[in-house]
This record gives sequence, C-alpha cells and structure tokens, in this order.
Amino acid sequence: MVAAPVVLAISLGYLLLLFAVAAHGDRRGAQGRSVIGNPWVYALSWAVYSSAWTYFGSVGRAAAGGIWFLPVYLGPMLAMLLAWIVLRKMVRIAQTYRITSIADFIASRYGKSPLLAAAVTLITVVGILPYIALQVKAVSAGYDLLVHGADQPAPPRATWWQNGTLAVTLALAAFTIVFGTRHLDSAERHEGMVAAIAFESLVKLGAFLAVGVFVTWGMFDGPADIWARAQAFPELQSLLRLGGGEGAGAFGHTQWFAMTILSMFSVLLLPRQFQMMVVECVDERHIRRAAWVFSAYLLLINIFVLPLAIGGLVHFGPGGGMDPETFVLSLPMAEGATALALVAYIGGMSAATGMLIVETVAVSTMVCNDLVMPTLLRLPGFGARAGGDVTRLLLNIRRAAIVAVLLLGYAYYRIAGDAYALVSIGLISFAAVTQFAPALLGGIYWRGGTAAGALAGLLGGFAVWAYTLMLPSMAKSGWLPAGFLDGPFPLLAPEALLGMTGLDNLTHSLFWSLLVNVGLYVGLSLSRAPSAREATQALLFVDVFERGGGAAEPAPIFWRGRARLEDLVGLATRLLGPLRAQQLFQEHAAETGAASVEAITADARLVDRVERQLAGAVGSASARVLVASVVQEEPLGIADVIEILDEASQLRVYARALEEKSLSLEAATAELRAANEALKSLDHMKDDFMSSVTHELRTPLTSIRALTELMLDTPDMEEAQREEFLRIVVGESERLSRLVNQVLDMAKMESGHAEWRIADVDMRALVSDAVRLTAGMFDERGAQVLMDLPATVPVIRADPDRLTQVLLNLLTNAAKFVPQEGGRAEVVLRAGTGDLAVMVRDNGPGIPPDQRAAVFERFRQVGDAATRPPGTGLGLPISRRIVEHFGGEMWVETAPGGGACFAFRLPLDPEEGAGGGGKRWASRC
Amino acid sequence: MNRHPDGGGPRRGPLLALFCAALVLFNFPMLTVFDRDATVFGLPLLGVALFAIWAGLIGLLAWISERRPERRSGRRHRKDLS
Repeated sequence: MVAAPVVLAISLGYLLLLFAVAAHGDRRGAQGRSVIGNPWVYALSWAVYSSAWTYFGSVGRAAAGGIWFLPVYLGPMLAMLLAWIVLRKMVRIAQTYRITSIADFIASRYGKSPLLAAAVTLITVVGILPYIALQVKAVSAGYDLLVHGADQPAPPRATWWQNGTLAVTLALAAFTIVFGTRHLDSAERHEGMVAAIAFESLVKLGAFLAVGVFVTWGMFDGPADIWARAQAFPELQSLLRLGGGEGAGAFGHTQWFAMTILSMFSVLLLPRQFQMMVVECVDERHIRRAAWVFSAYLLLINIFVLPLAIGGLVHFGPGGGMDPETFVLSLPMAEGATALALVAYIGGMSAATGMLIVETVAVSTMVCNDLVMPTLLRLPGFGARAGGDVTRLLLNIRRAAIVAVLLLGYAYYRIAGDAYALVSIGLISFAAVTQFAPALLGGIYWRGGTAAGALAGLLGGFAVWAYTLMLPSMAKSGWLPAGFLDGPFPLLAPEALLGMTGLDNLTHSLFWSLLVNVGLYVGLSLSRAPSAREATQALLFVDVFERGGGAAEPAPIFWRGRARLEDLVGLATRLLGPLRAQQLFQEHAAETGAASVEAITADARLVDRVERQLAGAVGSASARVLVASVVQEEPLGIADVIEILDEASQLRVYARALEEKSLSLEAATAELRAANEALKSLDHMKDDFMSSVTHELRTPLTSIRALTELMLDTPDMEEAQREEFLRIVVGESERLSRLVNQVLDMAKMESGHAEWRIADVDMRALVSDAVRLTAGMFDERGAQVLMDLPATVPVIRADPDRLTQVLLNLLTNAAKFVPQEGGRAEVVLRAGTGDLAVMVRDNGPGIPPDQRAAVFERFRQVGDAATRPPGTGLGLPISRRIVEHFGGEMWVETAPGGGACFAFRLPLDPEEGAGGGGKRWASRC
Repeated sequence: MNRHPDGGGPRRGPLLALFCAALVLFNFPMLTVFDRDATVFGLPLLGVALFAIWAGLIGLLAWISERRPERRSGRRHRKDLS
C-alpha cells in the first residue's frame, strides 16, 4: 500500500513532466527545429491507440479468454500493411484541402455537407464518451488499488470532491486546453501535444515491459515456467486453444474475423487515431517507416500480456477474487515491489491520459466546427457579414468543449461505475467508429458516392449499432428494462435480428450495421446522380494524387462567380485574425504577381484559397457557408464542371507541350552552340591557313623581286652572276607554282572537289617506280635506297597517280633528311589481311615524339627553321589526306636506328574502311 | 513535400500481397493448424505461432518499406532526346 498523498504527488508530478515535454515541443516547433518531424516520433504518437483499455484490459481479457485478446492488435497490423496506400491518400487529401477532423473529412468529400459533418460528430460523441469514461475509471481504479491495497474491499466512494480522479481529470483538461487550443492553427497541428503523446507512449511501453520482465523472470522462472505451473490448473489449459475462453467449445471464427476487421478500421477511424495519423502528420513520407514501427510497438506491448495473465491466475489462483484487469498493479504489489507498482501505475496513467488528451482535442474540434459554429452562423447578427474577430470565440468554444467532454466522461464514470456497459465499451466504441468506414474509404476510392447515400448509410448503420449493441449493453446494466432484449417482436430482438442466431452480439451487430450502412450508401448513391458539388469534391478526393495541385499541374477550381476583395479580406480577418489574414493575402499577391494586396484580383483562385484557409479554422462545411455568404456565386451544373475540367486538362496539355518544346529548344540550342564552335574553329583555321599561305608565297616572291631589281639596277652585271641569279629566280618561281598547285590541290581535296581516278593498283610496281624517280635525289646526297618488297601483293583499288604522289613525297622527305655521309633510306611494303602497309625509314635526325602530330599540320615544318631543308609544309598533310581518302591512315614513328619512319596503311578495298591495323604495322617500323 | 504519386515509397503490389497473406494467416481455418496441445520451448504452440507470424509480417513490412526503391528508369522524367 502506498500513502494517498504520495500517489497524488507522483501523479501530479508526472503531469507536470508532461507539461514540460509539451512546452519543450512547442518551443522547438516555434524555433523551426521540430522534435516531431521524424517517423519515430510519428509512430510513437500513433501508439495512443494503446489506451488504458490495452494497458489494463488486455491482461483482463487474456485471463478470461486467453488468446482472444489478440485480434484487437492483429487488426492494426493488417491496417499497417496498407498504410502506405490508404493512409497516405487520406493524409494527402487532408493536407491538400486543410481538413482537420474525421467529420470534416467525410463532410468535405460529399460536397461539404454541414448535415453530414454534424452526423459524424454526433456519432463520435455518443460512441466515444463511454470510452472516455473507461479511461477515467482506469486512473481511478489504479489509484484505489495503490492506496487501499489489493486484498481489501474498496472503501465506499468518497464524495466527488475528495476523489483524486476529478483532480486528475481537471488537470488533464488544463493540459489539453493549454496544448490543444493554444492558438488557432489552420492546420490544427499541435507540436507540443504530439511530443507529449510520443513521450507517454514510451513511458507506458517501458512500464509494461518492466512489469512483464519482473513477473516473468522475478516471480517465475521464465515464460516456460509460468506455463508449466499453469498445468496444475486444468481450467487454464484451454486459454491457449482457439476454442478456449469465451468461445467455449467451437472456435468462434466469425467473431475472431469480426474483431480483426473491426480493429483494422478503428486504428484508422478512431478520432484520436485520425488526429495523430492524418491531422498531425508532418510529412507523408514518414508513414513508410511509422507503419512498421507502430506494428512493432503493438507487438512489444502485447508480448507480456499472456505471461502476466496466466502468471497472475497461477499466483492468485483462478477465481481467487483478484480482478485480472489489475494484475499489472497487483502482481508487483503482492511481491512488495511498491516502486514497480508505482511505475506501473504511471504507465497506466500515461495510457489513459494520452488517450484522453488526443480524443478530447479531436472531439472538441469536431464539436466546435461541425456542431456549434454552424448553429452560430445561423443566428441573426452572427452571419459572415457581421463584424468582429471571432478567433478568440472559436478558441473558447473549443476549450469549453474540452472541459465538457472530459467532465461528461467523468460523470459517465461516476454514474455507470462498474456496470457492464463500461467493461465491454472498447469494442462497442470500435463498432461505432467503424460506421465511418464505408463513407470514408468508399469516398476516397469511389467517385459515385453521394451525400444522401453517405448520410443515410451513417445514420442507418448508427441506428442499427445503437439498437443491437449499445442499448442491449445498457439493458444488461439494468438501465433499461430487461424486456428490451426480447424486442417488440421476436424477429426484432436486438441481439437476434430476423432470428439470426449463432453469432455473438458484437459480430451480429457489426454484420447488420455494416450491411445497412453499405447497403444504404451504395443504394442511394446509385439511385441519384451526384450534384455538381459532390462530383467536384469526389474528383478532388479520389484523384488527389493526380489533381491535388502539384507544382506542375494546378488543381482545377470549381467555382464561378463574382467576389469583392474587401469582403474576402474582411471574412479572413474575422476568422483567422488580422495577422494570419494579412499573411494569406500577401502570399497570394506574391504568387500571382500582384503589386500589392490591394491589387489582387478576386478571382476563383483567391476564393478557393480563402475557403481552404477558413476550412482549416472552422471546418470545410462552415467555411463553405461563410464564403458563399460574402460572394456572388453562380451555381455550377455538371456541364460547367466538365467544362472546368476540360479547361484544366487543356492547361495540363499546354503545360506539357510547353515543357516538351522548351526541352527540344534546349537541345537545339546545344546543337547550334556546338555547330557554332565548330564553325568558329574552322574560321580560325582558315585564317591561319591564309596567313600561312601568304607567308609562304611571300618568301619566294621576295627573293625573285630582290634579284630581278638587282639585275635591273646593275646593267653591267657579270654574265655568270646574272645567270646564277636567273637560275635562282627560275627555281623560286618553280617553288612558287608548286606551292600554288599544292594549295589548290589541298583546297580541292578539302572541299571534296578533287578528282580521283580509281583503278587497280599494284603497289609493288608503284613503289619501284617511285624509288626510281627519286633515285637521283638520293644519289646527289650520296645516300642509298633499299627496297624490301614481298614477291606478290594483292591489288588494291586506288588512284595510282595520287599514291605515287604520296610515295614521292615520303621519299623526297627522306632524301632531304638523311645525313650527308652514309645516308640510308629503306622502303618496306607488307601485305596484311585486308590491307597493305608501306613504311619509309631513314637514318636522319628523326622527329621528337611531341612533334609527331604537328608534322601532318599544314605549313608546319618541324625542326629549326635555319637548318632544315626547304619545303612547302604541305606535302605531308596532302599525303595524309590522300591516304585517308582511300580509307587508310598515315602515321610516323621512330625508326630502329633513331631516324624517322613514315608509314601508311591502305585497305585493299576502300569501301571497307580503316580497320585499325595501324598499331600492328607500327610495330614493324 | 514529395508530390510524386508514388511518393518514392514501396510499390502497391507487395503490400497488397502481404495484406492478403496476413488476412489468411490470421484467420480461420489457418489458425486451426496451430491449435493443438503441443508446446515449443515449453510454450503453447498457438501463442508462439501467432506472435511469430506477427513478427514475421512486421519484418517483411519493414523490409519492403525500407529497402531502397529500385530505380524505375525515369518513366516520367527522362525523355528520349535522340
């Protein structure tokens, strides 16, 4: 036993810690360093699913029904497998259209129907209130157990103002008001609250695991030991069999399936889950990791449920008077581990408070936006055209709603107490929110759903739920006459409609309510075509990924009419506050390129923007009413909707065409730029060429002119001298004409106008002729020429004159460069497969490797200008072009003796082109 | 926020397949396979099997979710410029 003040102090201390965590989260969020912007915290915030009903109730259910506590957690596992597909779509829709509650979501989908929003809100409140009471009870029961001990009967309840539970409830209300309604945020995000909830999830997991480890390994010798000792109790044997527990005998597989499906929907549709998963989502990509982390969390928090349940039953004895729901606390207490019991109590409290906080925030938003605001808007003098800032009023309505919901939950707990209605309430609440599934999930995947169908389905399903599940549970608690269970007629008995038997009451209710719900939803939706507004909203929801307004493709806006800027500014200021309103219009001005806020055109885009912002503050249904009241709208028909859609898709087509055009333009620009570069370098080359040619022409001209002038000025020149001069003049003229011929030759070849006379060529003969023609030059220098020709070579197709020109050029070069004494040149002809190679080696000075490429450039004569033999500098470039024209290649190497080795290779048939045999031949140089 | 329809996340196919597998594994009649008086390491088979299936599903989900999405060679972005 623990003294009451200690427990109270610890409870309040824990709440203060929560305040600190939440305040820290808010502060970090305000600084832009959000603590909740990661998938781990996001997943932990989902774990608000594990309420006190999990924390204490799981063990209780496991003690009674064995394995039957599990379906409630297997359902979420199923849901998580599809989270990336389904939940992400919900998040995308909610964030695109600024939806802040599940009522808003459903109402918005069906043409922003206020009626639908109100219906969803009412169903939620009715379905959730007992669930809230259950959490209050858990805190209270834990407190009683700690303070009064397990083995003593609880003392008669103290009067309400002496009970710590009320204090805790009020403290929670304060917390929720501070962190849930601090300011009116258009996205309804609560950084601090999410941080606190994530923290609570860690606390309850840690506490539960601590107790589990303590019981399993502290009180027993591991899980196998617990099970071994359970063998002594025959009644425990059936707990881990399907037929065991409640299903006694045959396995109630329909009930198992029903509970799995029920919890699968609930994990998405419970107000607190919707709040945490959809509204508080920072980034939809976080869902990817959060889905499996949350599943793992549920597995962890359930792993010790069976050991605790069976261990408790073994320890206290089955039917030993101890309530299994308190095992988490009573087992440590029984062993005297008071500190651990306190930890377990804090864990249970965190489970309960987490659920209470988030649920009340979600419900208060719904009550404010979908029940109170629409009513207020109908009041005369409060309509949209009235003045005055209502942001404060909105916050106060929410605060009042929070206090009201919590106090109602508390009152329910005080009245209902330990009634049956409370014990089974978890699943009853699940069944209530499951009624949202057809309208919500159908709404995001099926365009045909209409407001009438959704409303009828919801109300019908809810009515059947109330009649078959809620009211019978009350009857069993004695609040309704027991005769209620028999029904007015036997066929209308609440738990056996139309005489259907063989199902447990939960499955029975779920079957009938969903049947009625889906039947009405689909039936009524199909019976009447959706209105224009329903159709547009259906389109925006179902195709959110295609039309949600990505950067490239603007979303279509289904609005036509006239609006005045001042009206919209006034409305926004009133509902969002002056600061946020100003920000909104400034952003719009910046995006549309308007010079100032006053210069904005009040077009459909602006109206849509204002309406979305208002939807964040007061819900989409109220926002619609408000906007409609200040602008003049043209009612849209289906034809208009199709027209707008056409416009939008036209725009999309244009945008895509534009994108493609700009891409091809870019490509064209790149090509043009490359061509321009090539032209520039060609131009540059041409300039070089011109200046080289003129330079080369000037040199012989200069000497001709100088000599002739000299002769003209000196009439009495000696005959021998004159003759010498004239010979030089003739030589220079020859050089000049040779140069001009070569330049012309080169130009022809380069422009492609050269004439080629193709014939069969025998290279052996060609080489021999060329050597004979140049023999004189070699003789003059006292050099010898060697020929190395194979006996036969294949005939090639080429121009014999041009090839002779090439050979003469190479031989002349060799003759020029061989040394004065002992000069030696060698011509080698080799036949390869498919080609021929000719090598001309000399024992001259050779060509340094770095200049080898240069010798083939026009007018580039390598070596020292003073000592090199005269030449035009065009011979080698022309030779190379000729060889290349026939598909061959020409290169230069160092001959074995250190001289130069010019070589070229020609394919036998020029059509086959160069085969890349150059290196092969080069090695023979 | 990533506006790509796929969101760069896991593909639908494997998730849907896993969902169907889980639906079968967690329900009648598959459960009757494990519903017997046998024990594993001294623990009742049914409980061990359910938790093992559960853990296996989480592992697969984590694997599908966390593996790097293979590059679906630019269906949208890379255009043939040739």
